[in-house]
Amino acid sequence: MKQVNRIAEGRLIDPNEPMTFTFNGRTLQGFRGDTLASALLANGIKIVGRSFKYGRPRGIIAAGVEEPNAILQVGATPSTQVPNVRATEQALYEGLVCRTTNGWPSVEWDAMALIGKLVGKMMPPGFYYKTMMYSQPVWHAAERVIRKMAGLGFAPTEPDPEIYDKINRHCDLLIIGAGPTGLAAALTAQPSGARIIIVDENPTPGGWLRFSDDQIDGAPALAWVQAARQTLSAASNVELLLKTTATGLHDGNFITAIERCRDHLEPTVTQGLARQRMHRIRAREVLLATGAHERPLVYANNDVPGCMLAGAVSAYLKGYGVRPGNNLVVATNNDAGYQAAIDWLAAGSGNATVVDARKAPTPSLITRAESAGVVVIAAAVVVDVVGSAGVKAAVICNYDAQDDARLGPMRKLAADIIASSGGYSPVVHLSAHLGHRPVWREDIQGFVPNPGHERLLFAGAVAGDFALSQSLEQGALSAQQALTRVGNDAPASPARSCRESIEFALQGLYLVPHPLSTAKAPPQFVDFQLDVSAAAIEIAIREGFESVEHVKRYTALGFGTDQGKLSNVNGVAIAAKALGQSMKETGTTMFRPNYTPASFGVMAGRDVGEFFEPKRYTAMQSWHEAKGAAFEDVGQWKRPWYFPQGDETLDAAVRRECLAVRQGVGILDASTLGKIDIQGPDAREFLNRIYTNAWLKLAPGKCRYGLMCGEDGMVMDDGVTACLAPNHFLMTTTTGGAARVLQWLELWHQTEWPELKVFFNSVTDHWATITLSGPESRALLAPLTDIDLSPSNFAFMDWRAGLVCGLPARVFRISFTGELTYEINVNANYGLALWQALMDAGVDFALTPYGTETMHVLRAEKGFVIVGQDTDGSVTPEDLGMGWAVAKRKKFSFVGQRGMMRADCLRPQRKQFVGLSPLKPSYVLPEGSQIVFARPQSLPADMVGHVTSSYDSPILGHSFALALVQGGLDRLGEIVEVSVGPDRWEKAEIRSPVFYDPEGARQHV
Amino acid sequence: MLRIHCPYCQELRDEPEFHYCGEAHLARPEDPAGCSDAEWGTYLYFRRNPRGRHHEMWYHAAGCRRFFNVVRDTVTYNIEQTYAMGAQPAHDEAHE
Repeated sequence: MKQVNRIAEGRLIDPNEPMTFTFNGRTLQGFRGDTLASALLANGIKIVGRSFKYGRPRGIIAAGVEEPNAILQVGATPSTQVPNVRATEQALYEGLVCRTTNGWPSVEWDAMALIGKLVGKMMPPGFYYKTMMYSQPVWHAAERVIRKMAGLGFAPTEPDPEIYDKINRHCDLLIIGAGPTGLAAALTAQPSGARIIIVDENPTPGGWLRFSDDQIDGAPALAWVQAARQTLSAASNVELLLKTTATGLHDGNFITAIERCRDHLEPTVTQGLARQRMHRIRAREVLLATGAHERPLVYANNDVPGCMLAGAVSAYLKGYGVRPGNNLVVATNNDAGYQAAIDWLAAGSGNATVVDARKAPTPSLITRAESAGVVVIAAAVVVDVVGSAGVKAAVICNYDAQDDARLGPMRKLAADIIASSGGYSPVVHLSAHLGHRPVWREDIQGFVPNPGHERLLFAGAVAGDFALSQSLEQGALSAQQALTRVGNDAPASPARSCRESIEFALQGLYLVPHPLSTAKAPPQFVDFQLDVSAAAIEIAIREGFESVEHVKRYTALGFGTDQGKLSNVNGVAIAAKALGQSMKETGTTMFRPNYTPASFGVMAGRDVGEFFEPKRYTAMQSWHEAKGAAFEDVGQWKRPWYFPQGDETLDAAVRRECLAVRQGVGILDASTLGKIDIQGPDAREFLNRIYTNAWLKLAPGKCRYGLMCGEDGMVMDDGVTACLAPNHFLMTTTTGGAARVLQWLELWHQTEWPELKVFFNSVTDHWATITLSGPESRALLAPLTDIDLSPSNFAFMDWRAGLVCGLPARVFRISFTGELTYEINVNANYGLALWQALMDAGVDFALTPYGTETMHVLRAEKGFVIVGQDTDGSVTPEDLGMGWAVAKRKKFSFVGQRGMMRADCLRPQRKQFVGLSPLKPSYVLPEGSQIVFARPQSLPADMVGHVTSSYDSPILGHSFALALVQGGLDRLGEIVEVSVGPDRWEKAEIRSPVFYDPEGARQHV
Repeated sequence: MLRIHCPYCQELRDEPEFHYCGEAHLARPEDPAGCSDAEWGTYLYFRRNPRGRHHEMWYHAAGCRRFFNVVRDTVTYNIEQTYAMGAQPAHDEAHE
């Protein structure tokens, strides 16, 4: 298992700790400290994927998070699959299993490549729209095939077994990036005692210094980095977070940073440790020291494996001791490209040629390169590549920057690696997250953060200062500025002398001209991950897309998981040239969070499973559970849905429960109903304004049903409110509406009527509510209470205080079933005891616990609405046939009154609340079914309403439904057609929504 | 994530404690019955939605349960000031 390309030890790896890993089923070896990418290169792996659209072989280009091609599927088991892992960021661990995410039948021989070769020219941007837009059937057939071929990686098929954390942090100064700028800033700020957090996405600090030979104060820069790390790690006021990516910069200096706690370790040794942790950081000041990404030059066939970034070549050589070939050609338009060639030859034998687009490169640099054995060819460019599965030669031409089109004759230069450097793009992403568009700087040929971003400091390469001395100086200055802003003393930092191997000098060049036109030349790729070529961008411009944002969306430029880190500036440059305008005029596309992809797991953190949402239980929960109740979620509440006996089905249980209530007595846990305690001398006036009906005369001891509407006149909640004392009321709301209604009451009191003396308090959890319902309920309750239950003393819609089973209670004679009903409210702490006592006493009455399903059937038989089920925010009280609950002559114009008087609310043929009897008496119409007056001859049909509630009624012996139907109240007795499936219809008769006991005799006994 | 100063609690607190409640200083017409449908519709549905300085109402839902006013820039999201219900903002163009 020889690592063919491993030629030296490398600064970041430990050759004493070899480890094996699996790539596409092949067992390979690397070392502790390797990234997956460096290990693959060390083993001579050239192809790491197939391209998205054309199936072209692709290799590793970069050494950092900007990598577009080496996107692998990592994970040994179905549950630990992680899709789209950047191999350049993934640390190697023993036993790592990875594979390429596309390529069929294999990544080396991919069928799509044939298609790409054959039809590549015929798949311009917008191919699918253009081809499929007139033929839906063709699209549906093609989609299946396309979906299978497209895409990167696949989602895990089993739940994620990992743990994820979140942590809230606060600091005076957050420094993003621990390269020279960030470290200099941290060292400057540290003695002040200010609280500092410094984050860096890499496992070790230093940024690009990790791979350079620069010197600081006469010693290797890496020694300075090591010393800085020690100082900062020892300081109690500094937190250095490595392997941590600042992914989003949000309002109020709130930054999300994701720490990869153990993605670098073998899964087997890290059981119980969080995989990733999201740091939610509130910083008083933020310093961006995010550096810059080198960008490639765009030439023909620049995606052939072996085409890399010049800086990446140096990184693999110096950091990992990996040299991925023998013959290097560097294509550059700036000084930095030379370093790769110098490093290449310093690592051993081989050839290195620099092809420099500039006419007169820096003479000292040429001397240095040539003395190292590098061949320098000035005023020339690499225009094309020979080879398909790997680079075989570079095709170069003489080049005159003054006249793009005048290229010399082509000649070949043997090569197995072509490294290009097109300049540096500052990593401005975070600076744009709040909407500040980066601005173009002609002198550095790059976008820098918008200086209008008042809350953000930025220094070093991200600000366009690429030199080491500038980075150190600006980093220190920015730290002082930040400390001054937070009112801290800012100590001066020592000036440092730097010796830099490379100076920055650049001539703008993006798309390298080809002897053929862009459209005819072999593809010149801009966005590797999504296969967007220079020709595609030109086509987009020709087809009329002029904004760079539109070009992006039409071509998919920058849409991949790499978000165009390498392609953005090149794409803008090509678009600008095609539009005949400057880079500044063209501008860049926006950057939004997250900077690199974030896992769903880390966003959810621990708020999963049991902790996803709070559960609310009533005081009687343990009894319900012991009796095997099936539960239903109502908001956050767990409510008994039904109480199956043995292996009883839902239908059978509900049938039994319904008949028990209609014929004997049932018991319901109604504790979840919202309860709001309202007190104050103006409580009554307030109710009068907020409810549609009249409240001024409700006496203590009495209850009243109320409808609550919005100002638009539409029903928003309902419930019974009891007068406890002249200035004291208890309002009940729907279970789901409790919080909303309380906020609604507060809104009106605080904003419109602050002069009313009234207070509101939620008492939902304070009371347990037990409902005894059925003709036998009085006989059951009478011996258990000191309250006189005789109808003359305690009539329907009365309430009385007294003892029930010895417990102080409020008993309300209100009914949601239409039967004689007592709702007993006791302190929630007594709820279970009372429930148990009632169950004991109820044995002789066959007292039957019932759940929400039975409650729904019973109330529907009576035509009682459930707001939110039978209404949908477009229903007035009049539509519900509840005009009786609207006091139109109230002196004060109550909330909703004006709204329900609007012309549209008064027009005939509004949808009205009615009952439906299916002509097939055993058929239960599906809720939500659409209704038509007559079966339509063709579609679409005129829909005149829909089914809101639908059940089988045990007491009626047939099914029934509630519905909203156009002009329904004038259509009683008419037959409508209900759509119950494709071409399936059921007939139903419109009738009154009150199916059972329409006189209401049963609740008035 | 915004940080909002609650004028009642007198504390700068994180956004998740609050609910946004739309435009501020919307007075309910004194005589709803006297409003035309168009006037009522305007009161109900029409909002300024400015680019820039916006007077809006927030609710300290997970705090004091009080409504209050915020002057916020809808472009930068900078909060200029917060003030109690019934009070007027410090600058002049409160109801521009």
